[in-house]
This record gives sequence, C-alpha cells and structure tokens, in this order.
Amino acid sequence: MKDDSVLAYLKARGISRRGFLKFCAATTSMMALPPTMTAAVAQALATAQRPSVIWLSFQECTGCTESLTRSHSPSIERLIFDAISLDYHHTLMAASGEAAERARHEAMEKFHGRYLLLVDGSVPVKDGGVYSTIAGMTNLEMLKETAAGAAAIINIGTCAAYGGIPEARPNPTGAVPVSAIVKDKPIINVPGCPPIPVAITGVVAHYLTFGTVPELDSRQRPTAFYGDTIHDRCYRRPFYDRGLFAESFDDEGARKGWCLFKLGCRGPTTHNACATTKWNQGTSFPIQSGHGCIGCSEPHFWDTGSFYKAISVPTGPFAPAATAAAAAGAVAGGAMMLRNRHAKEKAVEAKQPVSPDDLEK
Amino acid sequence: MSASFERGVDAIRQAIDAPIASYFASCVHCGLCADACLFYTETGDPRYTPINKVEPMKRIWRQEFTLLGRITRLLGLVQPVTDEELAEWSRLTYDACSMCGRCSLVCPVGNDITYMIRKFREGLSLAGHAPPGVIDATRRTIELGSPMGVKLQTLMAQIKRQEAETGLEIPLDKVGADYLALLSSMEIVNYPEYLGALARVFHQAGVSWTLSTDAYEATNSGIQIGQSDLAAKVVQRIVDAAEKLGVKTVISPECGHAFMALRFEGPNLIGRRYKFDVVHILELLDQLRADGRIRFKGRDPRPLTYHDPCQIARRGGVIDPPRRLLGEIAENFQEMHETGKWNWCCGGGGGVSANDRAEELKLKSFKVKKRQLDELEVTTVVTSCANCRITFEEALEHYNMPVEVIGLAEMVADHLDAEEVNND
Amino acid sequence: MSDVEFLMWVRGPGLVMAFAIFVFGLILRLIEVYSLGHKPDLAPAREVTPGSPWRTMFTRSAPADGLLKKAPVLYIGGYIFHLGLFITFFLFIPHIEFLRNAIGIGWPGLPTPVVDFVAVITLLTLVLTLTVRIADPVKRFLSNADDYVGWTLTFLPVLTGWMAYHHFMLPYTWMLAIHIFTVMLLLIALPFGKLGHFFTLFISRWYNGNNFARKGVAS
Repeated sequence: MKDDSVLAYLKARGISRRGFLKFCAATTSMMALPPTMTAAVAQALATAQRPSVIWLSFQECTGCTESLTRSHSPSIERLIFDAISLDYHHTLMAASGEAAERARHEAMEKFHGRYLLLVDGSVPVKDGGVYSTIAGMTNLEMLKETAAGAAAIINIGTCAAYGGIPEARPNPTGAVPVSAIVKDKPIINVPGCPPIPVAITGVVAHYLTFGTVPELDSRQRPTAFYGDTIHDRCYRRPFYDRGLFAESFDDEGARKGWCLFKLGCRGPTTHNACATTKWNQGTSFPIQSGHGCIGCSEPHFWDTGSFYKAISVPTGPFAPAATAAAAAGAVAGGAMMLRNRHAKEKAVEAKQPVSPDDLEK
Repeated sequence: MSASFERGVDAIRQAIDAPIASYFASCVHCGLCADACLFYTETGDPRYTPINKVEPMKRIWRQEFTLLGRITRLLGLVQPVTDEELAEWSRLTYDACSMCGRCSLVCPVGNDITYMIRKFREGLSLAGHAPPGVIDATRRTIELGSPMGVKLQTLMAQIKRQEAETGLEIPLDKVGADYLALLSSMEIVNYPEYLGALARVFHQAGVSWTLSTDAYEATNSGIQIGQSDLAAKVVQRIVDAAEKLGVKTVISPECGHAFMALRFEGPNLIGRRYKFDVVHILELLDQLRADGRIRFKGRDPRPLTYHDPCQIARRGGVIDPPRRLLGEIAENFQEMHETGKWNWCCGGGGGVSANDRAEELKLKSFKVKKRQLDELEVTTVVTSCANCRITFEEALEHYNMPVEVIGLAEMVADHLDAEEVNND
Repeated sequence: MSDVEFLMWVRGPGLVMAFAIFVFGLILRLIEVYSLGHKPDLAPAREVTPGSPWRTMFTRSAPADGLLKKAPVLYIGGYIFHLGLFITFFLFIPHIEFLRNAIGIGWPGLPTPVVDFVAVITLLTLVLTLTVRIADPVKRFLSNADDYVGWTLTFLPVLTGWMAYHHFMLPYTWMLAIHIFTVMLLLIALPFGKLGHFFTLFISRWYNGNNFARKGVAS
C-alpha cells in the first residue's frame, strides 16, 4: 500500500528526518504548545495521512490565497501547504471547468466526513444568491452541498469569517459569513484581510497533528493567533501610555515612531498576531511602516468610520440634530414661557386687597 | 375675606421669579447653608437647614414652572403641596428663621435663600399659617400704627421726658426740615434715650430735623410676616409724611428690619422711587463725624464688643461706620471672632421675637452669641438695633451672663464734646 | 448586538441623540428660568460698593468664612473632584481629539499618566463625598434620587473611561462602547436635575451678588 503519510510525503521531497523534527519543533512553538509536545507532534505527523482539503472561493478577491502562496522561500508554511492534499482550489488546481467540479465531487465521496473544507469569500444570499455562481451553482448551494460531508470548516479571511468587504454598507449582495449558513459543523475562523499566512497553516498543522480544532475564542478564532489585540503587543505601546501621538503622517511624532492612535489606528480593538508574528516572514506590519491598523480581522471593520479618525471619536454629524434640538428647545421654552407668564398673571389677577383679617382663616 | 390655601399658593406663584428659579435649579444639596444657620448649629436638627425651609416653594416651582416637572405631575409621579405641609413648614420658615442672610452669603452656588424665605412667607401668611404672635403684631401695626400698640400719646409722653432730660427741643412736624427721624416701638417703650441722643447730636451738629406725628413708627411687621401689601401700607405712611414735610432725608432708627424695609424694599413695595434719601442713623452719625460736625471727648473704658445687626450690616451694608465711631469713643474695643458681614445673628430678628411659639428655640439659638462673647473678655456689647438689644438682654439673663448691652447712638451722644454744645 | 456594532452606535447616532437632548434641555432650562422675569429694583443701589455680581460669579467658589474648618471634606473634596473632572475630560489627549472632531478645535493635553492619576484621585474623592453625603445628617436628610442618580452618572464615565484605558475587565471594544454610553447618559441628564448647576450657578450667583452689591456688601 502506498504510504500517504505526511512523513513519507516529505521524505519523498528530500526532507530529512532531522529537518522533519525541526519542522515539528517549529510547529509546536507556533501553536503556543509547550516544547515537550514536540515528540507528540512528530509522532502524529509521522503517521498522519494527508488529509483531503476542498477549498471553496466565493465573493473574494483571492488575496487570502495570495497571502498564503506568496512565501518566496521554502518555509514552514510551504511545507504544511504541501502536506495536505488540496483536491479543489479555483486558482491553484490544474483542472478547470467540468473536470474541476468532478474532482470536487470525487473528493467529497471518497473522503466523506473526513475532508477539511476551507472557504474564502463571503456568501451572497440576496435574490436567491445569484450574485456569485460557479458552474451555474450559487455559492449558497455549493456551500451547503460541500459542507454536508466536511469534518470541519476553516474560514480563511474576514469575508468568509464575518462577511468582510462585500458585507460592508450597503451590502448590495446580501453577503453573509459562512457561519450564518452552516450551523452544524465545527467552524474555525481565521480572519484578516488577508490573514497572516502562518495563522492559516498553524490551524491546519494543529488539525493534522491532533485531528481536533485548536482552542478558540468567542468568535471562533484560534487564541494562539487572535488571543491578544494588536494594541496589547504593539511595540509603540509605551508612547500610547505616555500620551505621545503622531498628529499627521510624516510629522515629527510620526518620524519618531509615536503612537498612531490619533491617526485612526484600530490596534486597541483588533485581535490578530500582526504585532508579534508580523508579515513577510517577520519583516514588518502596518504600524511599523507608519500606518495605523485598519482592524481588518474584525467584523464590520469597513464600517467603523474613517480609518484616519481614532476609533473613539464621534462620527456625528452633530450640527443637524443639535440645530433641530435647539429649535425644539426654543419652542418648548417658548411654550413654557407663555404658560409661566399666564400662570403668574392669573395669580396677580386673582389677588385681592389684603387686610390683617386676611392673615387668618 | 380670609386667608386660604389657594390665596397662599397664588401668592407663591406670583413671587416665583427668575432668580428663585435659578436658585432652585442650582441647589446641589451640599448642606453648607445649615452650617451657617444658628438655628441649625445650636440644635443639630436637619429640618432647620435653610434650603429645606423653602422646600414646598421648590416643589411648586418645579411642578408648575418647568416642563419636566409638569410632566411628572401629569403622570402622577409627584404630589402637589398641601395645606398641611404649609402649616408644618410655618414652624421652619418663621420660628427657625430670622432672615439674617448668612445662608445667602455662604451658598457655593449662590442661592439667596433669605430672598426665598421672604417670598415664601408671602404664601404662608395668606394661607393663614403665619405664627399667631406675628399676626397680632402685624394687626397692631396696621390698625394701631405700632406692633407693640404704641400710640401717639405714649410717644408724646416720651418726647416730653427726653426734652426735660436733655434740655433740648424735639421738633415735631417741622415743614422743610432736612431730616425726618423715625423711631421703632421698641425704642419708644424700652430705649427712649435714643430720642434724647438724637436731640443732643443734632443740636451739636446743627442738623435741621424733625419727627412726624403722622409717621413715627419705622418697624415694619409686614416685612417680617412677609405680606407685601401690608408692608407697603407701613412704608406709604412714612413716604406720605416725609414728602408732605418736604424733607431731604429720612433717618431709619436703630432697628434692623426697619432699615431693610424702608431703604431697600420700600420703593418696590409702593411701586415708585422716593423723593428723599434714606440713611441709617449710624451712617448719618459717621458722616457728621467725618465732616467734623460732631466732636468727641473721652473714651468708654469698658472692654466692649460690637454686635452687627443682620439687616444693617450684612443685609444693609452699614459695616464700617459703627467701627469708625467706636474707634473714637471706645478705649477697649474687641471685635468678635466672626465680624462684619460674617457676624452671627442674635436670633430675634425677622419676626422671631414676636413669635411666642419660638421662644425656646430663640433662646437655644442664642448660644452662638454666648460662644462669641465667651471667646472675648468683655463686659459690654454695643449694638445698633433695639430688637437685638432686647433679645440680648433677655438671653443674657437666661444664661446668667454678666454682660450689659448698650445702643451705639446713645453711646455716641454720651461722648459728645460738651464744650462744643451751643446753648440757645 | 455585537461589540463593534454597539461601539459604532454609541459613537454615531447614540452620541448625536444624547447631545441633541442636552442642547434641547439647556435651552429649555434657560428659557424656563429667565421667562419668569425679574422686577427691576426701584430702590437706589449704593453708589460705592465693594460688591459686584460679575465678581461673585467666581469668588463664590472660595470657602465661606469659618466653614472650611467646619466642612473640609465638602470644600476640598469638591474642589478636587471638580478639578479632576475638568482635567480628565478636557486635558486628556483622546478626549481633546474627540472634541476636535466634534467642534473643530483642539488644544494641548497633559501627559496620559498624569491624567490617569487624576482619574483615580477623582474616583476616590467621589466615593468619599458620597460617603459623607450618606453619613452626614444634614446631607442625608436633604438628599433624594436626583442627588444619587446625579452622583452615579458623574462617577460612571470616569470609572468606565479609566477601565477602558487600562483594558480592565471587559475587552476594549466593549469597555470603550460602555464608556461612551455612560457619557451619553450623563449628557441626557445634565440639563434637567441638580447637575444643571454647571450652568445655572452662574445665573444664581449673579442675582445673589447683585442683591448684596446694591446693598454695599461684597459676596
């Protein structure tokens, strides 16, 4: 029997056992597991069968796939990615058209109940879901059909996890997250616009190792990557604490690397690993480059007002309502003025001349 | 016609104005007014907190003159003020308040609680809830011309006595005199030396003055009971007499509320300005001193202090003149710890001394003055209000304190330089 | 409603509504008060007087003769928490940013740790003044729902703001949204009850100062 285990696969690609163990150690630490677990990870990966993965792309920009595949040198991510059996992916698979759809159905049958379903892009539901179709099938139908036999669903990117950009006001296509459609399967959200590559592969690695979903927070995000906010781990935090803020891009504060809160940074309200893991193999992340975080891994991030206004400032507008209220106050005041004057006048009219007798009942 | 709840509430409605609304809107219930009020500090009873004394008026303001208040009243969330409540409040607003004005000076948000007490009494009096003693005093003021029932013949007898004692003439009804002097019943009955003192001072200074047989009573019980129409009658009497005689200035006697009534409330009560000025006797004495028209000889050796009558000092602005005068005629003048506009009330003003119901409370509140005197080593208290004098005398006796009380005008007269006196 | 949606609501339509009610109440109260009128005083004012209504508007903040010793917590605690409220609201940089976005002008702020410290002092002082209000017989006797609700609505924004800054207890998005919500509640209540003293006290001090000044007394 062909050994389709991960270890065999890696060996076939020239990865030595030593290299494999290094990879396991790295995976262990990446998943925030104690180092003693390395042996267990190695054992599990050595014997694990390469799982079938179906990747569905709905209303998306392909940025999530790009993020994952743009690693420009062999890396852990690359390895993980290669360790799975990617049986269906619009951009990456060789087949197309009917052949591609056949491949999807074959995988669904052969590995029924055991394949991983990865989804990127939101699902439009308005007008019967006609705003995004593949092979004549709406995203909605395809999702329901494919989710039925999946072991677990991983939502890649904010669109699949929370609706993302298509869901932003006014949401013309009725875009919804995957979790709004699929209610009966384990779901892992890996949000980000796009997500950090290692967040994706870390979840897959966990599943490969343990066959279970990793520890998730209340938004079904793996706490290993989304447990802290950018603000909690930001290297510019001391400047926030001291009240030193950049006032505009490229001003003195900006050049000194001060906090970008006033320029709209969503760090405090955004859960992601950008401040620690960073991007492009740890090169940098938006704040380090001098631009505030836009909160792309959070729901409704596109609808939180201007990215260049702090998250705590009012969006207003105040003038119209305040003017109307002032007018209303003047009207109510005017009514009270008339009423008050009338009451006093009435009291004066009712006044009788007073003599000492009037002091007693 | 008689008093009634409706008349009382109408009077309150009429009295509520923008200042009162701003006061009630601003009160933050800090309770500092209580710490400034002798009726609270000497009893520890929180009901005597000044702002609490006008609470029914606040409810009327809120329920009738504010939108939110009207809505809560409509929804039945608040109860309107009742006649029983007005009766209950009479004991706070009359018995436990002399309208001394300390609370108004102390309030951090600037509430003039004294003003509100004065206006609230307009309602309480017409609702029939003024204290019986004060009602009687007012009745006597209007019907007999004096709260103590002092008639013209009593005054004439005192005039004769003072003329005999001083050897000077006391002019009556002199048309074209510069000054019209008024008296208070308390002075006529208890301290008639005041009249003699006036005669002596004006004789030396060459002041042209007169009394009027039409209007000799300055005490205004209408102010104390808080009924503007009756108060206006008393003022009108004086105004008519003064303008008939064509005097330039009317002198308010050594009586606190008389000065307040004539100088500050009077024109508003009768609805027009006077054709004459009003001064307190102390202001005139000080002016005569400054002009050199009276000179002094000898100084009173007794260790003494000065009690500022509330309506004259804090509420009338006559604070420095008595001190300048005492500076000339006293050797050992010691200021009380709280002095001038901050001095404590004697507890007898504002109708309290006419209110038999409040006798015990008045004596209790005097303990603050006792404390002030105990801090000093004086044998004598000088003051310039006959009501304060009688309050002091009664209380000092009650507390067994060997301190005597004298009037400042009389003391000034006693120290006139006799050689300067021109004998006719 | 999710945390982000609540935050977007409070900083958007929520604040707009609260501010509108505040403006409505302010104008209503001003007209309610002034419409009752004030009869001109026919008695001549003293020509020379040490008093002035405009001065009283400010000098009345100073302790009255002898009362600082009698009521130290009230005066000193009062100064501290009022000053603290002013500093935490007007001199904290994110708040200045808030106002700059709302009214178009900003100004320099204090270093954040200083404001943090002031906020804690303010909270402690507010608790102290509440304790005194409950313990002192006069204040307890006078106090009603208006006083206790007013205290709570003043206390909560400082508390929740402090918690939000420190990411204390609840996740930041919730804490920030709750903080802005408590400010909404404060704005709505501000013109109507005793809290309205923030603007009516200038009116009452003026009338009081004027009355005393005409009589020749500085108040």
